[in-house]
Amino acid sequence: MTRPTRRTGPAGARRSIEPDAPVRAGRSTEPDAPVERRRVNGHRPAKDVTVPTFTRGDRTAKANGRARKRPESVEVPPPSTVDSQDVWEQRIADALAFLRRRITGRYDVDDFGFDPELTDKVFYPLLRLLYRHYFRVEVSGVENLPTDGSALLVANHSGTVPVDSLMLSLAVHDATPRHRYLRLLAADLVLRVPVLSEFARKSGATLATNPDAERLLSAGELVGVFPEGFKGIGKHYRERYRLQRFGRGGFVSAAVRTGAPIVPVAIVGAEEIYPIVGNLAPLAKVLGLPYVPVTPLFPWLGPLGLLPLPSKWLIEFGTPIPTAELTEDADDPIVVFNLGDQVRETIQQTLYTLLERRPDPFG
Amino acid sequence: MLVLVTGVSRYVGAHLAARLATHPRVRGVSGFDTVPPSGHLAELLDRHDIPVTVGDVRGVVAAVTGGALDAVAHMGVLSTPGVGGRPAMKEQNIIGTMQLLAACQATPQVHKLVVRSSTAAYGASFRDPAVFTETTPPTLVPRGGFAKDVIEIEGYVRGFTRRRPDVVTTVLRLAPFVGPDADTTLTRYFALPVVPTVLGRDPRLQFIHVDDALELLVRAVVENHRGTYNVAGEGVLALSQAVRRAGRVAVPVIEPGMSAFAAFSKASGMGAFSHDQLDLFVHGRVVDNQALVEEFGFRPRSTQEAFEDFVRGRDLHRPAFAALRPDAIDALEAAVLDGIRRVRSGRASAGESR
Repeated sequence: MTRPTRRTGPAGARRSIEPDAPVRAGRSTEPDAPVERRRVNGHRPAKDVTVPTFTRGDRTAKANGRARKRPESVEVPPPSTVDSQDVWEQRIADALAFLRRRITGRYDVDDFGFDPELTDKVFYPLLRLLYRHYFRVEVSGVENLPTDGSALLVANHSGTVPVDSLMLSLAVHDATPRHRYLRLLAADLVLRVPVLSEFARKSGATLATNPDAERLLSAGELVGVFPEGFKGIGKHYRERYRLQRFGRGGFVSAAVRTGAPIVPVAIVGAEEIYPIVGNLAPLAKVLGLPYVPVTPLFPWLGPLGLLPLPSKWLIEFGTPIPTAELTEDADDPIVVFNLGDQVRETIQQTLYTLLERRPDPFG
Repeated sequence: MLVLVTGVSRYVGAHLAARLATHPRVRGVSGFDTVPPSGHLAELLDRHDIPVTVGDVRGVVAAVTGGALDAVAHMGVLSTPGVGGRPAMKEQNIIGTMQLLAACQATPQVHKLVVRSSTAAYGASFRDPAVFTETTPPTLVPRGGFAKDVIEIEGYVRGFTRRRPDVVTTVLRLAPFVGPDADTTLTRYFALPVVPTVLGRDPRLQFIHVDDALELLVRAVVENHRGTYNVAGEGVLALSQAVRRAGRVAVPVIEPGMSAFAAFSKASGMGAFSHDQLDLFVHGRVVDNQALVEEFGFRPRSTQEAFEDFVRGRDLHRPAFAALRPDAIDALEAAVLDGIRRVRSGRASAGESR
């Protein structure tokens, strides 16, 4: 166990220096660029550069002048060098500390199994690649999310595979000033499957039941729910952006009972990642799954068919619907139904307006 | 106050009896069990002059009715099958409890009953809420014998409280306990050099420090706390995390493999793993101890602290036994950082000199 750790240390250090060089060169002013690179790369190319430096040719060496008189011009390049050394040393130290905490188990997990450190350092950076460069997610209405305190985020569900839930959590985390976590409520299928259940719990999800939802909301968390469930995520492509039935409305009573505002969320883009054109219902029945999708690429292209299509995503957080005055009515079915309908209608309308803003699904 | 402790030949019963014997409000303690105490538990009971009656499960009736008792602490609930196997375990858990309750009902001066139960009563399944409160019913009937017994025992106790409402009845649902000298299947499991876990599962575990559990049991006997309470340390350790904190290496095996491990551990005499524990290793179990803290005015050590004390007390980090010693890892980290710093400053000075 000791050997791999030792090896990753220096390797990581060496690797970390090289990619940084062009970045800093780009940041600095043009004449400085070669000088900068020389210093960053250490002594290897130094030989070529030192020749003009020591000849003191006034005009020719002007560009390198600052490099030569390093002691005098302390203000500009040396601080950046020292800084960079510090920054990278700090990063290596952080990475090693992270590894040490993971190996010795010195991190915290909450009652639901949420592991914030793993989420921040491993899950989110990976998802961010998809989020920024693949789906190019655009977020609006962040001001509708509370800076602290609880809220129930209710969103439309689509896309065959619940990528939308992951993108929504990352959107909430990256867009809120305090980088809040979205605690997702997941179907029991998710928690039944090995590996998947482990990742779900570690990333902050828990079972979609009222006790769990109410416990999280009472603790002041942001909770995310997709009331359409499998009906939404596994619907045919021709029904895209048409909201399905909203379960039994348990989510509304959880919000009402805890007085948490409901924030309707519309997600555009997830429908196109795996367009469902068929369902292998008999196979699904045998496997005990809600559906086995047939998409233009799956299962025809085999594993390649698992690649999501690069659609353009828009996420909008709607105006919060307060529930604090309704707390006594949590057991009144009429109140719960009406509130559920209101949320559903808001999401549907927002979906239509967002779709107008995005004429080309892949643009 | 005169107290009878059942299950006195086992760890919790013997230590509870010993603690009660030194309590100022307790005049006398007697013990009952189906087997005589052995080893250091026998010494402990001798030191406190606690008379122990040994008899079959029906013998408890005489022990209760004959002894002018004020209180009964029922600790004689087995969590794992012993020599007699599952039938004997069930006999003791179910029939023993029924006999005991019948005897208590027939003895008017008994005004206090404390029953040791377990958080296994909640079962463990993927359809359960993440955190159990005392009122959460189990979603599925647990498949483990112990959990089934516990649910049945609690049912009888509820019946008893209806028939004898004057008796202050306390049911304590204990989380798995750990401590420096506690010896359970779970503590032996964490002491293994290589710890098998279920592949693709990282259950959330909760522990109670054995000293805190005993303190709460004592309080339940000498004070009045009616009702059912979860007894667990706050906080959660994921199994993988607990294994790492114990300095061990987890080896994930598929679920059938875990059953094979259970069979192996039974055969090798390490202790039998029941279905309860296997389910615990798949789904985990977390309870809310808020009601306990409010009622007893006592906050047990957190799960992390309790586990820490167990690791320290057992010296699990000692060099020959732990694969991953925290001090060695700290030293390694410092060495790597230092090495990098030296290489870099060496380069920087080399760059400067040229």
